[in-house]
Amino acid sequence: MEHIRTPKVENVRLVDRVSPKKAALGTLYLTATHVIFVENSPDTRKETWILHSQISTIEKQATTATGCPLLIRCKNFQIIQLIIPQERDCHDVYISLIRLARPVKYEELYCFSFNPMLDKEEREQGWVLIDLSEEYKRMGLPNHHWQLSDVNRDYRVCDSYPTELYVPKSATAHIIVGSSKFRSRRRFPVLSYYYKDNHASICRSSQPLSGFSARCLEDEQMLQAIRKANPGSDFVYVVDTRPKLNAMANRAAGKGYENEDNYSNIKFQFIGIENIHVMRNSLQKMLEVCELKSPSMSDFLWGLENSGWLRHIKAIMDAGIFIAKAVSEEGASVLVHCSDGWDRTAQVCSVASLLLDPHYRTLKGFMVLIEKDWISFGHKFNHRYGNLDGDPKEVSPVIDQFIECVWQLMEQFPCAFEFNERFLIHIQHHIYSCQFGNFLCNSQKERRELKIQERTYSLWAHLWKNRADYLNPLFRADHSQTQGTLHLPTAPCNFMYKFWSGMYNRFEKGMQPRQSVTDYLMAVKEETQQLEEELEALEERLEKIQKVQLNCTKVKSKQSEPSKHSGFSTSDNSIANTPQDYSGNMKSFPSRSPSQGDEDSALILTQDNLKSSDPDLSANSDQESGVEDLSCRSPSGGEHAPSEDSGKDRDSDEAVFLTA
Amino acid sequence: MEFAELIKTPRVDNVVLHRPFYPAVEGTLCLTGHHLILSSRQDNTEELWHLHSNIDAIDKRFVGSLGTIIIKCKDFRIIQLDIPGMEECLNIASSIEALSTLDSITLMYPFFYRPMFEVIEDGWHSFLPEQEFELYSSATSEWRLSYVNKEFAVCPSYPPIVTVPKSIDDEALRKVATFRHGGRFPVLSYYHKKNGMVIMRSGQPLTGTNGRRCKEDEKLINATLRAGKRGYIIDTRSLNVAQQARAKGGGFEQEAHYPQWRRIHKSIERYHILQESLIKLVEACNDQTHNMDRWLSKLEASNWLTHIKEILTAACLAAQCIDREGASVLIHGTEGTDSTLQVTSLAQIILEPRSRTIRGFEALIEREWLQAGHPFQQRCAQSAYCNTKQKWEAPVFLLFLDCVWQILRQFPCSFEFNENFLIMLFEHAYASQFGTFLGNNESERCKLKLQQKTMSLWSWVNQPGELSKFTNPLFEANNLVIWPSVAPQSLPLWEGIFLRWNRSSKYLDEAYEEMVNIIEYNKELQAKVNILRRQLAELETENGMQESP
Repeated sequence: MEHIRTPKVENVRLVDRVSPKKAALGTLYLTATHVIFVENSPDTRKETWILHSQISTIEKQATTATGCPLLIRCKNFQIIQLIIPQERDCHDVYISLIRLARPVKYEELYCFSFNPMLDKEEREQGWVLIDLSEEYKRMGLPNHHWQLSDVNRDYRVCDSYPTELYVPKSATAHIIVGSSKFRSRRRFPVLSYYYKDNHASICRSSQPLSGFSARCLEDEQMLQAIRKANPGSDFVYVVDTRPKLNAMANRAAGKGYENEDNYSNIKFQFIGIENIHVMRNSLQKMLEVCELKSPSMSDFLWGLENSGWLRHIKAIMDAGIFIAKAVSEEGASVLVHCSDGWDRTAQVCSVASLLLDPHYRTLKGFMVLIEKDWISFGHKFNHRYGNLDGDPKEVSPVIDQFIECVWQLMEQFPCAFEFNERFLIHIQHHIYSCQFGNFLCNSQKERRELKIQERTYSLWAHLWKNRADYLNPLFRADHSQTQGTLHLPTAPCNFMYKFWSGMYNRFEKGMQPRQSVTDYLMAVKEETQQLEEELEALEERLEKIQKVQLNCTKVKSKQSEPSKHSGFSTSDNSIANTPQDYSGNMKSFPSRSPSQGDEDSALILTQDNLKSSDPDLSANSDQESGVEDLSCRSPSGGEHAPSEDSGKDRDSDEAVFLTA
Repeated sequence: MEFAELIKTPRVDNVVLHRPFYPAVEGTLCLTGHHLILSSRQDNTEELWHLHSNIDAIDKRFVGSLGTIIIKCKDFRIIQLDIPGMEECLNIASSIEALSTLDSITLMYPFFYRPMFEVIEDGWHSFLPEQEFELYSSATSEWRLSYVNKEFAVCPSYPPIVTVPKSIDDEALRKVATFRHGGRFPVLSYYHKKNGMVIMRSGQPLTGTNGRRCKEDEKLINATLRAGKRGYIIDTRSLNVAQQARAKGGGFEQEAHYPQWRRIHKSIERYHILQESLIKLVEACNDQTHNMDRWLSKLEASNWLTHIKEILTAACLAAQCIDREGASVLIHGTEGTDSTLQVTSLAQIILEPRSRTIRGFEALIEREWLQAGHPFQQRCAQSAYCNTKQKWEAPVFLLFLDCVWQILRQFPCSFEFNENFLIMLFEHAYASQFGTFLGNNESERCKLKLQQKTMSLWSWVNQPGELSKFTNPLFEANNLVIWPSVAPQSLPLWEGIFLRWNRSSKYLDEAYEEMVNIIEYNKELQAKVNILRRQLAELETENGMQESP
């Protein structure tokens, strides 16, 4: 609270990014956790909530006649432009937000004050919803070849690894410790995924400290042990996910990659995925393209290409496909590493697992996958997503890329995933929101020290509770697409990868399809279920009446329900939108035409004069198709419509708002 | 001419057919006057029946005595035939080449095609101008049908019947026709029932360099305005191009002479620029070797999506003038047969719920493309693989279909038809057994006696069995105006048409099937429940009657 200089500023304008002439007048509030903008318009009182932890950059722009503009860019790709009348107020807000957006202690984060009104027991249950020991059991472990090792008890060997690790049975503690000393940050090879069908496995580690010539007997024995744990194959793939040049440069620093001559029976392979700095810049460039005001098609496509983003996505996918194929088709085990083995390695292992195992394509399985490959194996969430004020060079959209890979797969295999796009978007949101404790810190060790499970809530329980919102209606457990490995075309098909406007422009609702097939089908399915129930009830009643009639007894007739029309039509009819500024920057457009004479010719073909463009207002007016927002609401979600878009949680945030 | 003269080798054995995503098929290749047929001896392997008129270009190469013919189709598909024997291969190639580029329209397949289905409704009479006129004549008396062009004398590219302002007589129309490019005087394209505003279309005014004017033209256009109202003229050329047109006798409406009208220039490309764009795009889609970045830059360099964005933007603007500004619109470019029709027809898709139904969309194509004189024969003679430069080809209609697909993608529940319907129309515009898209205008179609000699596409499409393939299961009548987004982020490549042969659609087809199943099952249950409810209600009233004598 001490960082808030001005808790409330009135007469602030929130600029509409699509049509800048349209701005909503309202009041801006700063609370300990949120920036809140409440529109004055008495009809809507629309609220926009921004979590401090979502704020990526704040830009104070040059004061104009109308006030002082403040541009807030969020990590969930929302962009808020405010105009604050007084320069002083703007400065105060700016200074406050700079501090609030960059907390220095974990305790300042939202999850420590967030209270979804659950009791202790419910909270604890939430944390055990996703259980990694169960997951290893599901994989078929421990077994004849793999065992649970306690070598990292109390994080003695590697402080960024979890305590619970699976290693080959033949790898003794001596081998493990020896190997760990030969690996960056002591991240020795451990099991990530075990493929029951043919005993092949995906293992992960960091780079070896090989330099130009160094060897380590225990490390070589470790790889040998991995190979032996898969009797079906006489070699192990070692996949270095870095570009070869980067790996070679590391040798000068005493690090590097495995020499095929020193390790018996390995096949070494580079797969060039760029490092976190390249990825950070790439995202930055792509977001600049997304932010362009009325770009031409060329601006957009050229900018998208120039950002290299989709090329990076393809590189990660290619690596995942390579590994999945090695495991499922060649029956070979794979050891994956990059430099530290916590970014590219996590991406690639999880993409490969997702391709191999249908379980990870279910709601719960996907949570397990993130818990395993990202959270437990020490992906540095705090550094990468800038939860606490830190080195900006550590920030990089590593898990964002993985989430996008999943979306790209969903586009190609529409029936293969139990969850929908919204699920991915909300996970992305919460990786940055710090509303739940799951993604805090950089390792399991740090989380345990901070007692995250005792002090915060788990996102997985929250998502699971609202799972109806996240289901893919096309998913059927017995559908062929949900079985076994996902087979991508062997030919390098580049146009498979598409720009994900649903993520990067998701706050520009006008750009998204105005009717959601997913929501429509969910509504149909829900109605189908009701019909099934009704059918059963009707049949029962009919049978009863017929029996009663046979017995010639009198029956009190019940009012039968009037036949209702299918219930999802209403929501759809109201979904439409207002026209955009189609006149664009046309100089010859009448309102700007130099040839125009009288005043009443100053027609402006934008939304300025259209009151109806506000959601809810004109939902039922026949032609003024102003509603844009209903489509993203699931039919069942009236109570808990997904609130993540505005960073607002109804249960909890109102309290915060009131205390402001 | 007999086709037999062109077919030197009617039959070759042991030919191997290669198609992407299908196993190779070996069989016997037969050539007929209009088809290339490959039949394998296995019972369960499908035969290939391929229309010669669908062939856009062929390549041949030889390895020893094994010849290979690569057939590039107008629908962008590429198939390969391995033919043993050099002579056979050369004969087949030259026959295909000759048969796929027949000069005379009357030799084309529609004149030989005998339908295997029973015609329930003759498509040639499905969409009569009089019926279309009736749809809005109840709402307005300001318009009339004119038969001034009955003999195609006033305007050779117009149909015999057009809708014009009631206050303008045929004599005036004749005068206006002399002032408009190709005699295309302004006619009614769309009447917006909600507010009585209209879209009209025409050819450019022939003002020339000396600023010629035509009182009748001014009167005609003004007759469409309500008192005190203004209108917009949307010129589909840039101001520059429009100004240059004056040197060739064309031009645009001077504001001094049309004071109640505001002119807007919305540049939409035409002819060879569009054709080149298509060629580049299809080339990029077929090139699978390049990396991700080169794909995007090739997509960008084709400019296809830029054209899509331009056309949609102009159409949205026209719709906006009508619906939001309450102003009538006159649309023209140069001839008024290409970009003009793209804009008028797309504006109707946006404004008019009926044009988003199957029947309504067919009527729209009949009215705004066929009757309105879009020269299909010229524009669709060749497609993306043609290497001989011909002046009149342009994928104007395909761009229109792509724009419709873009709107359909943004409003997936508002259209009665699905993507397959649009793809089917694309195919038939370029190669068909039906006569619908033959000829360049009504006058030519009359001379060809298409109604008597060929079958209408609509006769086939509108059979219930066929319609079900083209019906969108998600459709829920939406009576609103639908405003699409024209941001680049909202306009992706139409994969269903451009990547159709370059990727397997198995998983997407399965998803579509699943969607249909979900909806069908729901309908089935709904029907069952309704029956039971009725039964129950009947039983209960019976009981009630017994109860109260």
